[in-house]
Amino acid sequence: MIKVVNLHKSFGELEVLKGINTEIKKGEVVCIIGASGSGKSTFLRCLNLLEEPTEGDIYIDGLSIKELGKDINRLRQRLGMVFQQFNLFPHMTVMDNVTLAPIKLKKQEPKVAQEKAISLLRKVGLPDKDHVYPNQLSGGQKQRVAIARALAMDPDIMLFDEPTSALDPEMVGEVLQVMQQLAMEGMTMIVVTHEMGFAREVADRILFMDDGIIAEEETPEEIFNNAKEERTRAFLSRVL
Amino acid sequence: MSFLVDIYKTLSDAIYINLIKEDRYLLFIKGLGVSLKLTVYAAMLGVIIGLLVAFARMTKNKVLNKVASLYINLIRGTPAVVQLVIIYYAILGSSSLPKIVIASVAFGINSGAYVAELIRAGIQAVDKGQMEAARSLGFSYGQSMRYIIIPQAVKNILPALVSEFIVLLKETAIAGYIALDDLTRMGDIVRSRTFDAYTPFIIVALIYLYVTSILTYFLGKLERRMSISD
Repeated sequence: MIKVVNLHKSFGELEVLKGINTEIKKGEVVCIIGASGSGKSTFLRCLNLLEEPTEGDIYIDGLSIKELGKDINRLRQRLGMVFQQFNLFPHMTVMDNVTLAPIKLKKQEPKVAQEKAISLLRKVGLPDKDHVYPNQLSGGQKQRVAIARALAMDPDIMLFDEPTSALDPEMVGEVLQVMQQLAMEGMTMIVVTHEMGFAREVADRILFMDDGIIAEEETPEEIFNNAKEERTRAFLSRVL
Repeated sequence: MSFLVDIYKTLSDAIYINLIKEDRYLLFIKGLGVSLKLTVYAAMLGVIIGLLVAFARMTKNKVLNKVASLYINLIRGTPAVVQLVIIYYAILGSSSLPKIVIASVAFGINSGAYVAELIRAGIQAVDKGQMEAARSLGFSYGQSMRYIIIPQAVKNILPALVSEFIVLLKETAIAGYIALDDLTRMGDIVRSRTFDAYTPFIIVALIYLYVTSILTYFLGKLERRMSISD
């Protein structure tokens, strides 16, 4: 579904990604772990072109993202993204946050979009918050609305960029639970995370990134019990 | 006691010759009318120019960028009174346009530079994540601006814009340089007839203060409303 070939990304002099190669299949849940500054988020943001790669290519269903041009907007509709800082639209109610893109971009009837939104909000455990503004929600609730907003576009793939890092500890669970449910339903997911418990339990595969490359790529059992690379073991001993 | 009587007499004499005699209060009212008209015209032109220049500064087009920042630096780096006189004598003065039109153009061009910076600052104050979230849903740059960024930026910009109008109203006091009969110049005209050096200008100052106080009151209300719906 996604194929990444020799992906490089530099910010000025600083080379953040130094040649990433990997493939992600339909229905797979892939967690990306690694220390701060290892390039995890930058890699994820390259996948929907929030960052433009300096070198290399990404193929989505066989199509190179370099050749997209204006079709990038259509591609992004298929890639839902959830951010660390939620980025809900503060001037709109929860309902409008969730229905804006389907109504404007997919030309859905408002009534249809709203019914869908209600069922998505129920799914993320917030059935009665549709008329509320984001600033009246807790961090965990905001992030669950953000997930509903991304799902409203019926994406094929969901990208999560440290979705629980900005949350108070007692709210991490409610967000991870929604993500786990999504994974069980067969959604293709790429998750940058520091939640090792979640990665171990939910991921089909773990990418350990270090210094701009994928240092090791394995099943959770292998990574957590039997890592081949010294730096993977060193990282895990620091975070576990 | 006789001291107080003296003060009362001096004051009532001053008010009589500067306001009542020969219906001079009408001059102040007329001057205020000109000042307000000038401010409103200049403000409208300033907002139009400001919008265009702000977007010219934010596009990726390098030529537009350069022109816009040149304009802003030129206007902000020179005194408004000099700009007014240059526009009057060198550019529009040779035409038969009414002075109020020329002054409105001059103050509009001046205000546009400040408004452009207000608009730019207001847009850039919207969190970067908002644009990213909108783009990640599939909105184009233009759609993201329209549905997400600008509605939030307006809340930042509106109160600052009202402050700019208050500044502009006071700034128009230099319109007398091109012999436009605004409020300040009317004060000067009354002075030249009554030979009272400062009463006319105290009257002028009080009128400005009254009008700006009203505007400031509305500004406060506006700011409170903008912060509530946040």
